[in-house]
Amino acid sequence: MVRVPAPAVSHRPKSLHHNHKRHLKERIIELLLFLAAFFSVFITFAIIYLLISESLVFFEHVSLWDFLTDTQWTPLFDDAHYGILPLVSGTAVSSLVALAIALPFGTIIAIYLSEFAPFLVREIAKPFLELLGGIPTVVYGYFALLFVTPMLQTIFPNLPGFSLLSAGLVMGIMIIPYVSSMTEDAMRSVPMHLREGSYAIGATRFQTAVKVVMPASLSGIAAAYILGISRAVGETMVVAIAAGMQPNLVWNPMEPAATITTYIVQVSLGDLPHGSVGYQTIFAAGLTLLLLTLVFNILGHLLRKRFREVY
Amino acid sequence: MQIFKLANAASPTTQKAAVNKLNFYYGGYQALKNINMVVHEKQVTALIGPSGCGKSTFLRCFNRMHDLYPHNHYEGEILLYPDNENILSPEVDPIEVRMRISMVFQKPNPFPKSIFENVAYGLRIRGVKRRSILEERVENALRNAALWGEVKDRLGDLAFNLSGGQQQRLCIARALATDPEILLFDEPTSALDPIATASIEELISDIKNKVTILIVTHNMQQAARVSDYTAYMYMGELIEFGATDNIFIKPKNKQTEDYITGRFG
Repeated sequence: MVRVPAPAVSHRPKSLHHNHKRHLKERIIELLLFLAAFFSVFITFAIIYLLISESLVFFEHVSLWDFLTDTQWTPLFDDAHYGILPLVSGTAVSSLVALAIALPFGTIIAIYLSEFAPFLVREIAKPFLELLGGIPTVVYGYFALLFVTPMLQTIFPNLPGFSLLSAGLVMGIMIIPYVSSMTEDAMRSVPMHLREGSYAIGATRFQTAVKVVMPASLSGIAAAYILGISRAVGETMVVAIAAGMQPNLVWNPMEPAATITTYIVQVSLGDLPHGSVGYQTIFAAGLTLLLLTLVFNILGHLLRKRFREVY
Repeated sequence: MQIFKLANAASPTTQKAAVNKLNFYYGGYQALKNINMVVHEKQVTALIGPSGCGKSTFLRCFNRMHDLYPHNHYEGEILLYPDNENILSPEVDPIEVRMRISMVFQKPNPFPKSIFENVAYGLRIRGVKRRSILEERVENALRNAALWGEVKDRLGDLAFNLSGGQQQRLCIARALATDPEILLFDEPTSALDPIATASIEELISDIKNKVTILIVTHNMQQAARVSDYTAYMYMGELIEFGATDNIFIKPKNKQTEDYITGRFG
């Protein structure tokens, strides 16, 4: 076959001056990208603005001191009390129960998948684990109420039908995939030559995982934990269904209680007139929630900076 | 080639290991073909050859590093003396092998720990807990790795803060701390500058009276400088093996000669 040489076409630009068409196209693309980035930041600030401005109205009626120290949360009663503590305690207890499940199990699963599991097992197990994270939270809520609570009642006969324990346990199961998936990603990103250094002086897989791989991926693991905590604190549906909605100042997981999120659901769905103090409470509660998660996020950020690795 | 050390190679030595009919496969690909060689005790043996010739693969057989990855398969034997045991046998625990045959890698790979804890790592995984023992062994290892003077005042610092050459000497100290019988070096200076390289080479000459050394190197001058024995490999085969001085002055094989004189490779 005879190859006919292609006619010589030069792609060299004819002028060295600015190409206006290209320049304009780049500017439009840049603008679109900027708008997309700006939009998400704008929404965030809009939400914060709304929460703060509405909360300010609330704090005209209720002093900050009462809000932080009163041990009762009864904004809808005639004898109204506006102490956030009962909601915070409910949130804290359910989250702690959830984290007591999610962090250890998530970490163990991550260690197994990252350091021990054969290729095939990992390829099969990961999608299933991620499926667990895709189940709607309302399903978990009914799972807690109709399956886990009765099961727990056979062990603890005094357990009420609604409890922080049951909700927290199921919430923990729900969060496991998030923790394990992010922890595993962090551990897998540790370069192989670091592991080999450990194996080469006679370390076992477990020693290598715990003493070398985990310290090397600490920032990623910390980020996974913080995400888990944020999810537990912000989770709504499971606690709304399975933990009852009474604002009780309790530290015992065997009791029913309301969390910040379930209270907001309760009031949002109720028929309180807009602008009443009762209605404004949800903004104060929402602001508290935002501040709590903000604290965790900042903590996570600091941890990440503190333990930033160089390989 | 120019400068050689016409020294130890002639003196009689005992064997530390013997490689007999070694074949190695990555899945279906045969990377090592019928290798036969001896490793002399407390001598430096260099493995040289062009890229992809199997020298690193061969080195990694000695401490069963290939066991870490699936579908790898050994045939033949590497007898370790004085045990007279085949370290490739399925009955031999690779962890026990690595406790006695340690390795230093191409890229310095200190752990994300303090300088002290890096060196103490091998002792800790063997269950050594006594602070006094750890301190003594860590100091000895750092002295042997010619690093003690530079780090003795900052043992608590992160190992990453050291320079590349210091990190590599730290990795050597880490490997020495557990008193291995054989130390494997996989191109230990290829990521280092010439001054750091010189210090590592000097270190290798210093420690060879304590430990048997196998070193893979791309650099033929390095092989000539540091080794007592040299093995030239090509395409998974051992082409020529002998005292370094002989290999570099009068190689028996034409191919070896071409490689070391730089005509190919």
